[in-house]
Amino acid sequence: MSIRVDPPMAMLAELTHRCPLACPYCSNSTELLAKEAELSTDMWADIFQQAARLGVLQLHLSGGEPASRRDLVDLVIAAREAGLYTNLITSGIGLNEKRLQDLDAAGLDHVQLSLQGVTAAMADRIGGYKGGFDRKMHVAEIIAKIGFPLTLNAVMHRDNLDDLSATIDMARRLGARRIEVACVQFQGWALVNRAALQPSRAQVDAAKKTVAEATRAHMGQLVIDFVPPDYYSDFPKACMNGWGSTGLNITPDGTVLPCHAAETIPHLHFDNAMQRSLSDIWYKGDAFNEFRGTGWLPEPCQSCDRRDIDFGGCRCQAMAVLGDAFATDPVCRKSAGRARLDALLNEETLAVNAPDFVYRR
Amino acid sequence: MTPDDVPYLPRGVRTHYDAVRKMDVLLGPERVLMLDQVGVAVLGQLDGVASLAKISETLAEVYDAPLDVIAPDVTAFVMDLRDRGMVHVHSR
Repeated sequence: MSIRVDPPMAMLAELTHRCPLACPYCSNSTELLAKEAELSTDMWADIFQQAARLGVLQLHLSGGEPASRRDLVDLVIAAREAGLYTNLITSGIGLNEKRLQDLDAAGLDHVQLSLQGVTAAMADRIGGYKGGFDRKMHVAEIIAKIGFPLTLNAVMHRDNLDDLSATIDMARRLGARRIEVACVQFQGWALVNRAALQPSRAQVDAAKKTVAEATRAHMGQLVIDFVPPDYYSDFPKACMNGWGSTGLNITPDGTVLPCHAAETIPHLHFDNAMQRSLSDIWYKGDAFNEFRGTGWLPEPCQSCDRRDIDFGGCRCQAMAVLGDAFATDPVCRKSAGRARLDALLNEETLAVNAPDFVYRR
Repeated sequence: MTPDDVPYLPRGVRTHYDAVRKMDVLLGPERVLMLDQVGVAVLGQLDGVASLAKISETLAEVYDAPLDVIAPDVTAFVMDLRDRGMVHVHSR
């Protein structure tokens, strides 16, 4: 059966795995690449050109901490020359006024600033980096002064979900146009800390109410995007809007992934952009075609009326929880794997005291 | 929004011709909107000076269509973009 494959819209470029923070929910793979393995400025510039020709419109410069790359300004220049809408996903650490002005001159379109907490005590504990919060607040002021459109990416979990109202207030105070209330998804390092990070059902219910009220109250002033903690959902997320349908991810050494966590699926083979053209990898690469479309889906997905809405959910989650990347996402109420997910949820959230964080170091 | 409000594309939101898909798109933070001819026509009038009422009048003239047909569509389109944060408004 042949599947119609559209060009990708978005590309996430993990410029480096280096990062001054050590967040217990880091979404990078559990094996980090060293600086020596990173692609050069010119290699990235070539990938940006290929991406634009392939149909990518939006480029997200991410990491690790992308500001750890000394050539960040040159990379933004290259991205804009390629015609890409360029977004910087940063903790703010490593940026200063001079660098931000240079990024402005380079044509950076948008800044997405991560937020670990609304107080220095919380944020620095989560990030494992003393003084990080104060530096971030300083960077946020410069971002506002220059006039970059700002999204605050507030990563929420058991320890800070109760601060949601204060978090949304902070987004207004910093002049953000958008806030992503991103509840931790359990991939990568976050899986190691799942019991410490998983919010309770009461916390999640309260958060949903807060989001609904704040969305109304700030309409036209602040866009609020809510990513719920999906273990509490009845149906899975439409991960990546469908595997190999919309976006791709490049790791610091040029490995091209269908999603940032895809390397957790052991049987997949990934191409590298240094060895094969991006177009070839997108349209013909084994990893991209493995879960493309819906033809491969098992029951109950195949005959489900949500088949073309969520595409069976997240492959990496099926792998992580059930050990089978071909299974229905265990979040789904119709999935045989849901019992396993519920057991984990009970076991991990009923404990009165959460375990300590295992930091990424 | 009132007819006197002046809508504009804020920094970080821009139109772009997508040569691969052969269509106009509006790019903003984490958002891509495919634009049809009407969308392109309306956004082309957002110069930071013209009010919503003026934009409808101009388009009614250009397309030789009744203002009471054009104005509601223009208003709905602009308000939807404002709610998504892709259009900002100067109030008069």
